[in-house]
Amino acid sequence: METASRALLIDIVRCIGCRGCVAACKEAHSFTGSDQETELSATAYTAMVDFDGDRHVRKLCMHCLKPSCASVCPVGALTKTAAGPVTYDARKCLGCRYCMVACPFNVPRYEWSRVVPAVRKCDMCADRVAAGKVPACVEICPAEATVAGTREELLAEAHRRIAENPGTYVPQVYGESEVGGTSVLFLSPVPFEELAFQVGLGTQPLPDLTWNALEKIPGVVTVGGAMLFAIWWITHRREEVALAGARGAGEAAATVTAGEVKHAAR
Amino acid sequence: MRRGDGGRPSFWTLILYALLALGAGVLYLRFTRGLGAVTHLSDRFPWGLWVGFDILCGVGLAAGGFTITTVVYVFNVKRFKPIVRPTVLTAFLGYVLVVVALLFDLGRPWNLWHPLVMWNPRSVMFEVSWCVMLYLTVLFLEFSGMVFERLGWTKALAAQQGATLPLVIAGAVLSTLHQSSLGSFYLIVPGKLHPLWYTPLLPVLFFLSAIAVGLAMVIVESRLSSRAFGRHLEMPLLMEVGRVLVAALGVYGVTRLYDLAHRGFLGVAFGGSREALFFQLEFLGGVVAPMLLLAQPAVRRNTKALYASSLLVILGFVVHRLNVSITGLEAAQGGHYLPAAPEAAITLMLVAIGFALFGLAVKHLPVYPPEAPPPAFAPVKT
Repeated sequence: METASRALLIDIVRCIGCRGCVAACKEAHSFTGSDQETELSATAYTAMVDFDGDRHVRKLCMHCLKPSCASVCPVGALTKTAAGPVTYDARKCLGCRYCMVACPFNVPRYEWSRVVPAVRKCDMCADRVAAGKVPACVEICPAEATVAGTREELLAEAHRRIAENPGTYVPQVYGESEVGGTSVLFLSPVPFEELAFQVGLGTQPLPDLTWNALEKIPGVVTVGGAMLFAIWWITHRREEVALAGARGAGEAAATVTAGEVKHAAR
Repeated sequence: MRRGDGGRPSFWTLILYALLALGAGVLYLRFTRGLGAVTHLSDRFPWGLWVGFDILCGVGLAAGGFTITTVVYVFNVKRFKPIVRPTVLTAFLGYVLVVVALLFDLGRPWNLWHPLVMWNPRSVMFEVSWCVMLYLTVLFLEFSGMVFERLGWTKALAAQQGATLPLVIAGAVLSTLHQSSLGSFYLIVPGKLHPLWYTPLLPVLFFLSAIAVGLAMVIVESRLSSRAFGRHLEMPLLMEVGRVLVAALGVYGVTRLYDLAHRGFLGVAFGGSREALFFQLEFLGGVVAPMLLLAQPAVRRNTKALYASSLLVILGFVVHRLNVSITGLEAAQGGHYLPAAPEAAITLMLVAIGFALFGLAVKHLPVYPPEAPPPAFAPVKT
């Protein structure tokens, strides 16, 4: 088994917009529909948006190194595999759809009209990758605009292309550091925001944000529980003392309820 | 809220039956044609009214269950004891309905038990699943005392009452965890949720607002059941709850404003954007206005004014939860979400079922102390 995590590099400069990747993805997953998809759907794991100036941008799961979707799934139906792809196991899934809410790239789709619905998204052809093949979109690409490799290889290749072709690329590899890094990397001739990429996501893996809250749970349970018990002990002890004091003073405590004594003692 | 008088069903009973029939139809469609057939849920808005109201609000509105029991049994404030049972009943029914709503909303509800065996401790949803399962058990045990008393099972009742303190403490801890965690759900979407609602303090704000709304619910349900069952209102007690509510709203309001100021969004909050208007509705209408009202003794003494102010708190709370779960996400998701009519019908049906079950329980179980002067409280061991 390979230890290096597989990744994809998508070069928008090289892409000729032939939509072969969209068609090949449909075929690999036995989906119907045309290659003209411009939006991801339950039957389109990749889509392509055409921008002015002959720019074609693929949409697909970014396969984050620390995926929000896998982090929020209560039953671990989504997993970041060692091989690279973020995969989904429908048999575990509850259908809570938190993965869809949490994904910073708005990738997961749902089968809204099915009685037994599943979350749908690109799995980087995990079965093919496991069998030593490349994803369907990579295999079909005539321009080598989408290529596969280990993430390290592809990052090195991306920076090599930027360095060897001055003026051709913006000097940034999208996905190198976004939300802690992704396994799908993009090279672009123009700033990424002009091609509707999510910018300003930061470099912190988003699961850290919920973990900051979750890690406080043991403290809340132990300190909170102990504090409540202590408060119970103090309030009831005070009542006992007040009662005993009242009796000792020879007052007519018998007719006074404990609550009233406590009030008087305050 | 059904009046059991006479053979003819009352207006509210007819409403309940109509909603049940409507709901049954919607559920048939939902389970034969999928969520898309009856909801406006979409890939942009995977969570809608059922999560935003039935679950996020449902859990919050049931928060009185842990606050009142903690005040009475841990802080030893005995004079609140008469409202323990109705509050526990509300909480128990509330959580049962939350789970029922979840069964409708989940895509694969038959897998609801999966978090028991498939663990992901990094998931807030996993933590909330466990907390709600455990707290529902706690509430069931707290509620069971009323059933034991009604059945005259004195040994079971004694055992149940003997377990009061551990149950109450477990309930308080579990509630603190999951009430705040409903806010933590949204910590992972800093890029999607509008900054008027996204803050690292989300869990704290969810917890504090749940405490306030739990108290408001105590006042509202006392008023409703006094009208429905012709009971007298424990006005001195409710006035005091009103006074505590001012403090609870104050703590929440100050935290909310401090957070906005600290992050530099106070100007945005009181600006004229769509989000700002929804914020003002939630904050001015649901926090500031009821605080100003309830701070006046004359308002607290007036049954109707006390009730109306508490309703404002509840409405403000509901708007806040819907703002976090829907309004605050609309800009980033590029669109608007409004529930479909069948979605709303299910929510109304669940609310109606809640009222009906509450009414049934009050009719058949010793929920309220018997009305005999002087008020003799249910014999609960302390």
